Amino acid sequence: MGHRVVITGYGIVSSIGLNAGDVLDSLIGGHSGIGGITRFETIHKGKLPLAEVKLSNKELVDHCGLRSVRNYTRTSLLGIAAAMQAAAMAGYAAGQELRTGLISATTVGGMDRSEDFYPPFLENTSKGRLREVVNHDCGDSTEKIAGFLGIRDFTTTISTACSSSANSLMLGAELIKAGMLDRVIAGGTDAVTRFTLNGFNTLMILDKEGCRPFDGNRAGLTIGEGAAFLVLETEENALKHGKPIYGILSGYGNANDAYHQTASSPEGTGAALAMKKALDMGTLLPADISYINVHGTGTQNNDLSEGVAVQNVFGEKVPPFSSTKSFTGHTLGAAGAIEAVISLLSIQQDAVFPNLRWSTPMKELYIKPVTELIHDASLKHVMSNSFGFGGNNSSLVLSKYIP
Amino acid sequence: MVITSDSIYINGLGNISPQKTSDNSSFLKEPVTSVTNRLACIEPNYRDFISPDILRRMGRLIKMGVASSRICLEDSGCSMPDAIITGTGLGCLEDTEKFLGTLVRNKEELLTPTSFIQSTHNTVSAQIALLLKCHNYNFTYVHRGWSFESALTDAMVQIKNGRASTVLAGGMDELTNGSFAITSRLGHWRRKPADTACLFSNPAKGSIAGEGSAFFLVSSAPGPSTYAVLSGLQTFSPKSLNNSLPAILEGFLGEAGMLPGDIDLAVCGMNGDNSSDSMYKELTASLGTSDIAAWKHLSGEYQTSSAFGLWMASMIMKSGYVPEQAVIRGTGERPVKTILIYNHYLGLNHSFILIRKP
Repeated sequence: MGHRVVITGYGIVSSIGLNAGDVLDSLIGGHSGIGGITRFETIHKGKLPLAEVKLSNKELVDHCGLRSVRNYTRTSLLGIAAAMQAAAMAGYAAGQELRTGLISATTVGGMDRSEDFYPPFLENTSKGRLREVVNHDCGDSTEKIAGFLGIRDFTTTISTACSSSANSLMLGAELIKAGMLDRVIAGGTDAVTRFTLNGFNTLMILDKEGCRPFDGNRAGLTIGEGAAFLVLETEENALKHGKPIYGILSGYGNANDAYHQTASSPEGTGAALAMKKALDMGTLLPADISYINVHGTGTQNNDLSEGVAVQNVFGEKVPPFSSTKSFTGHTLGAAGAIEAVISLLSIQQDAVFPNLRWSTPMKELYIKPVTELIHDASLKHVMSNSFGFGGNNSSLVLSKYIP
Repeated sequence: MVITSDSIYINGLGNISPQKTSDNSSFLKEPVTSVTNRLACIEPNYRDFISPDILRRMGRLIKMGVASSRICLEDSGCSMPDAIITGTGLGCLEDTEKFLGTLVRNKEELLTPTSFIQSTHNTVSAQIALLLKCHNYNFTYVHRGWSFESALTDAMVQIKNGRASTVLAGGMDELTNGSFAITSRLGHWRRKPADTACLFSNPAKGSIAGEGSAFFLVSSAPGPSTYAVLSGLQTFSPKSLNNSLPAILEGFLGEAGMLPGDIDLAVCGMNGDNSSDSMYKELTASLGTSDIAAWKHLSGEYQTSSAFGLWMASMIMKSGYVPEQAVIRGTGERPVKTILIYNHYLGLNHSFILIRKP
């Protein structure tokens, strides 16, 4: 305990770019990844937007240098594409002495292929190609990433809905602090599927126009896909091996809203608890936070609940905040890690990325998001929130590295 | 990665399984045997644990999970755990199949949200928190045959790092007709129904499918009904470690300050499948004179069946009694102070759990 957990590498794949450089360009240029549905056939085509990664599975296979698309779900391909960037940036190689773990997160796993398996199987249980369903479970994508990277010491998968990959980072840091591992590659991956698109559609929380987080006229979220991984290790290790350090994971907290299976409490109890836990762990005061990358899905319920919680935790001095889901869409199990990487980019660039498609204040709140890019923000500590079904609320604090 | 500790205790149990296990005062007194290739849970009267209006909407795995967590909390005397951590291979499969099935049949029209909501993998841990009004740490692990072990790993780390003193940790999976059909086609199960009473004396290709939900109250201090000290845990793949099972075991026990000869009883996950039970033979051969017991003829095979294994081992530790139908080798007369639970799922996800007498 007491060791600082630092970040020595990160990788990201999303609708706004296939690597951190491209993602940064989109964030600075104000280019959203939200667009039409092209990945699969659905009755929602032309009616609902998605934030898709622009490569097909075949193109992702080539991008990752894999041999065949046959054994891979889209979730695992996105995961490999992001994890390999993070590993390369941190100078990871299989067989190194450092005890290295992989913690991934996903909500849909291999559902994209199970959807192809299911129609003939429903007609007759002896039908449907088994190779479309053997990769259904959430552990499959993690095993594929672990196999690709040659991870031996520890591998697991977290699924706590939309906070899943924020929780991967928490477990990674805890394992390092307990002295169990020297280095952890932690993050998450999720592909868009008909299952999730229709699931969220039944809840009537998909905005036909593309999500408008924290807008008074917001009408729901936009589903996105992507993956992100961060390499965590102790500061001592990073310095000993002369590795560049891109930030510190200085605080984190998970709390449960215990209010409703899907809806957030009006007062944002769990959200506020998670933010306070993260501040306490980093021995930080609310005033120390220079920017909040909010969960900000764009649903009526989340943004109100989160907004009230932010006001309660930060009082009258709420730092600048924005939801970058207005760029990436809501990438579900990958969102926590994707937004942790975006928070790191913010810290490095001293930039606050804007909350797109915002025009009208919410009448219930006295705060409003940042809507224009801020270039000279001087960011020391950035908070990143991720909240999920089951009242699963997580908050991370990423900090500028100061030796 | 090996986790060891001298001061983490198992203070309560709750288990719903294909055996009569939901009452902790009785330990496999009347084992249920049958001639089958799939076992289903003996479910309690859920109204004893959950109010009828809530019960009506709940999927079956949620009911099993919530009820077994209630049994566990009551057993331990802990009413509000500092953390709730679950592991599940496939989560609420019945709801997942229901939503996917309706989506396909109705061509994406006229869908209702309930089964989509419940298909989320963390529904069981969320419902436990919701019913307890527990605002604490709440995690769910979903990694095949390591799902339950990952939950237990996190529980131990939470305690070691001083984040929690009491952790409610459990593993659960349900068997559905759909998943049974798929895994049958994959060759996981016996083609002909097998007599569960003599599964191991009639080895053949395939095992028996099962299901269950078992919870443990893991704590930093002993309690009024402590069962065991949870002293070691490792999840591993012999193939990626490029090492033999006995050598990995020696390394694991070494970290806990023990030798293979110190194991009084090995509780093993053999499942009657002659294509993968050889791994258990390889391991137990290196243990010398330890007694050996098994559980999967009682629970069936599933991703989180090691939770049944740990439940059985904990009951044996506290009662000093090895149920006759669980014994594979030995007299059951050796005093049981140290138990190794060894399991693998499909030969890929291996785990060691070590418990000792408090």
